[in-house]
Amino acid sequence: MRGAWGIRRAAAAAAAGLLVCTAPAFAQNIAIINAKLVIGDGSAPIDHGTVIIRGGRVVAAGANVTAPQDIQHIDAAGRWVTPGIVAGFSRVGLNEVDAVDGSNDAASAASIYGAAIDIAPALNPYGTAIPVNRLNGVTRALVYPGAAASLFNGRGALVDLGGDAHMVTRAGLFQYVELGESGAARAGGSRQAAILHFRSLLMEAQDFGRNPSAYDGRSRDALLTRVDASALLHVLDGRDRLFIKVERASDILAVINLLREFPGIKPTLVGVTEGWTVAPQIAAAHIPVIASALNDLPDTFEQIAATQSNIGRMQMSGVQVAIGLVDDNETHKLGYARQYAGNLVALTRLPRGQGLSWDAAFAAITSGPAIAAGVDGEIGSLLVGRVGDVIIWDGDPLELSSAPTAVYVDGIAQEMESRQTHLRDRYLNPVEGALPNAYDY
Amino acid sequence: MGIIKPLAAAILASPLLLLSACSAGGSGGGNARPAGASSRPAPVNLNPYPSTYRAYAGVPTALVGATVFDGEGGRIENGTVLLRDGKVEAVGGAELVVPEGYTRFDATGRFVTPGIVDIHSHLGDYPSPSVEAHSDGNEATDPTTPEVWAEHSVWPQDPGFTRALTNGGVTSLQVLPGSANLMGGRSVTLKNVPARSVQGMKFPGAPYSLKMACGENPKRVYGGRGRAPSTRMGNFAVNRATWARAVEYRARVARGETVNRDLAMETLSGVLAGEILIQNHCYRADEMVQVLDMAREFGYRITAFHHAVEAYKIADILRDNHVCAAMWADWWGFKMESYDAIPENIAMMHNAGACAIVHSDDANQIQRLNQEAAKAMAAGRRAGITISEADAMRWLTINPARAMGIDAMTGSLKPGKMADVVLWNGNPFSVYSRPERVWIDGALLFDAYNPALRPVSDFELGQVGEGDVK
Repeated sequence: MRGAWGIRRAAAAAAAGLLVCTAPAFAQNIAIINAKLVIGDGSAPIDHGTVIIRGGRVVAAGANVTAPQDIQHIDAAGRWVTPGIVAGFSRVGLNEVDAVDGSNDAASAASIYGAAIDIAPALNPYGTAIPVNRLNGVTRALVYPGAAASLFNGRGALVDLGGDAHMVTRAGLFQYVELGESGAARAGGSRQAAILHFRSLLMEAQDFGRNPSAYDGRSRDALLTRVDASALLHVLDGRDRLFIKVERASDILAVINLLREFPGIKPTLVGVTEGWTVAPQIAAAHIPVIASALNDLPDTFEQIAATQSNIGRMQMSGVQVAIGLVDDNETHKLGYARQYAGNLVALTRLPRGQGLSWDAAFAAITSGPAIAAGVDGEIGSLLVGRVGDVIIWDGDPLELSSAPTAVYVDGIAQEMESRQTHLRDRYLNPVEGALPNAYDY
Repeated sequence: MGIIKPLAAAILASPLLLLSACSAGGSGGGNARPAGASSRPAPVNLNPYPSTYRAYAGVPTALVGATVFDGEGGRIENGTVLLRDGKVEAVGGAELVVPEGYTRFDATGRFVTPGIVDIHSHLGDYPSPSVEAHSDGNEATDPTTPEVWAEHSVWPQDPGFTRALTNGGVTSLQVLPGSANLMGGRSVTLKNVPARSVQGMKFPGAPYSLKMACGENPKRVYGGRGRAPSTRMGNFAVNRATWARAVEYRARVARGETVNRDLAMETLSGVLAGEILIQNHCYRADEMVQVLDMAREFGYRITAFHHAVEAYKIADILRDNHVCAAMWADWWGFKMESYDAIPENIAMMHNAGACAIVHSDDANQIQRLNQEAAKAMAAGRRAGITISEADAMRWLTINPARAMGIDAMTGSLKPGKMADVVLWNGNPFSVYSRPERVWIDGALLFDAYNPALRPVSDFELGQVGEGDVK
């Protein structure tokens, strides 16, 4: 019951343009002390740090913070304490089993709608991938809509991975459009058709905005339905950020150029495999980037210049970078974000490699995606006022051997179990005992 | 094929790509001889596409001061490894004397391992760029195609080979047909050395394998076309009928009868003779147990189950049947038969005393199989399983080499074996470590400190990023 209520409330509030925060119904007031504390904003870890969570929010974090006596103290005993990982680009909540159609709401390829498609009501907070990812330290995710029939895929959301019915942190956070090869395929076969289609759809939306009652949008030959036009108004005035998937250098430059026609748009580039070759132009346009960290193969002809040094080189040129599981289409393994971040640190130890410092790499999977989505005031770090998503780790959080020992979402301590841990426990000794394994749970 | 990415994209895009990502099956090098296949009238050339691989020149080399994992469970601190004439000459501690005239590498603080071996790859038969014209991994026109050979699809200019070498330290790999078919065809085992032809990469003396697939893929591909198999029971029926034919064919040849040459039956006869190995794509525990019975029914042996995400449920049975399981560390949920995958799978196989292998099936993960092993080891340790790093290294070296039939030649640092060696710039189980230098048959073929020792495929020549670090 609460689940249905929560989702409806989120969708309704999002439609009204409100920021919806997960209700911290059972948030604890806690102080985690004696931590190797990572803020997540790119600053260095702080030894003997303390973070204080009250009412589900960070109220203090740092070296010289005194934990009040009236709240629970948790001694981290020198272990790493960080903000929760933010999965930069995922499908979590939309999809239980990729290849089982009925359980997979990732894409709407046969829908007549596009920009107005809003994933929020489809998100399932009870999916088995949510606790699995949470046990890997992921507490928030940017969830995007997959392909629609239109050029615009629809509205993506920010979600939390807490173990309750409230999954949507903010619905309608961003609109998603794919240009480059996939945009060309949907616009009739060429990049020039996609660019023209992109431009004319936005102009139609402007037309709708000037006089909605006069706008047709109902005939079969209308470029935009009325709901899609309405959704694009949110893009044109910056209420919804516009995430633009683009890979090839020339496409990146074409998009930067195109955006000059629509100054109200708040863009974020996604993918950006060849971004390093035009990094100064991206930086000059002040457009943040969510990129795959390790795709280094010329998988398509728009990714010829792929290299693992892409993010490092863009950052060197002043681009605001974040790691996203962009080409992974990920639902189930969001923990790869920290493996990818660790690999970018590894590049700094290779001749000619360009990676990220540890501090920057960790920021690229916490505050980085938050900045790219314009919600860094809410999530992605332990700066004062952010949500109380905190992880206590048994080691360096970017290292392969490490795992969380405690996870807090909105200040709420999470259960450390998943369907996978139940399977593991049943089969640690696979041989049947006095009864079949089915009785062991 | 590609793999992680193609895998996910393929789920929406194309049933065939999905298969390719989840396939197994391979064929190896040149010397396999389907014994029963030589019918009397015309002697059959059993090795018509022989390996032309020749080791490149190396110099006597000494790696000094490293932590050495020998690939068979041994660990030596402050170790010395000597390479000469393309072979591992000696492996020892600080007491091992480096003879005059050896090129010496100070490996203090670094790690030395055997070259990484990937038992499940589609490099070359689903190469980059992954365009339709390159989709050569599934002969999805008949549910049983034991007559096709993966080597005839392998494009040696796939840039993925170079990434596997420089980022992954992969020196040997088995390229398999995809899993659209119950019997997908023969695999090929390669040395990861660039060449103008696939023959120039073929691992000399490696046996062939037959790739088989059970479960969702074959029944979906053919059921979707209104033909058998459309169910799991159909999978078994088609397989059993085909094996029955092979048994009969082989008996006729053995009796000296004249038979029309049948390339499919030649491959299956080779399996029945024990000269061609079986690499069997199979996810679910219950299906693996049934496949073991089918093998007994027709008298062949399964070498390894691939993508065995439920191996942990039957680790004792796999151990007792001497069948390896090749696994990912943590892939799950992408299809129904992968729903029960758990990150402790590899460690639980290891803990049962069974043969555990980390495989890639993926042009990206083949670049970091060491990291996949590290995650699997960590998950196992958290579940209370004791695993040393030296033991976990076996999952990447001697175990896959054994399941590919090349363990007498490579897969561990034992004197006389091929000098396939990786020098890592840190502990290979750390995310912060990468190959610094890689030798294949004693030849230094990658050196992170020497841009001239970084291979560039024809495809990438003259393109943006030619010779980049990648």
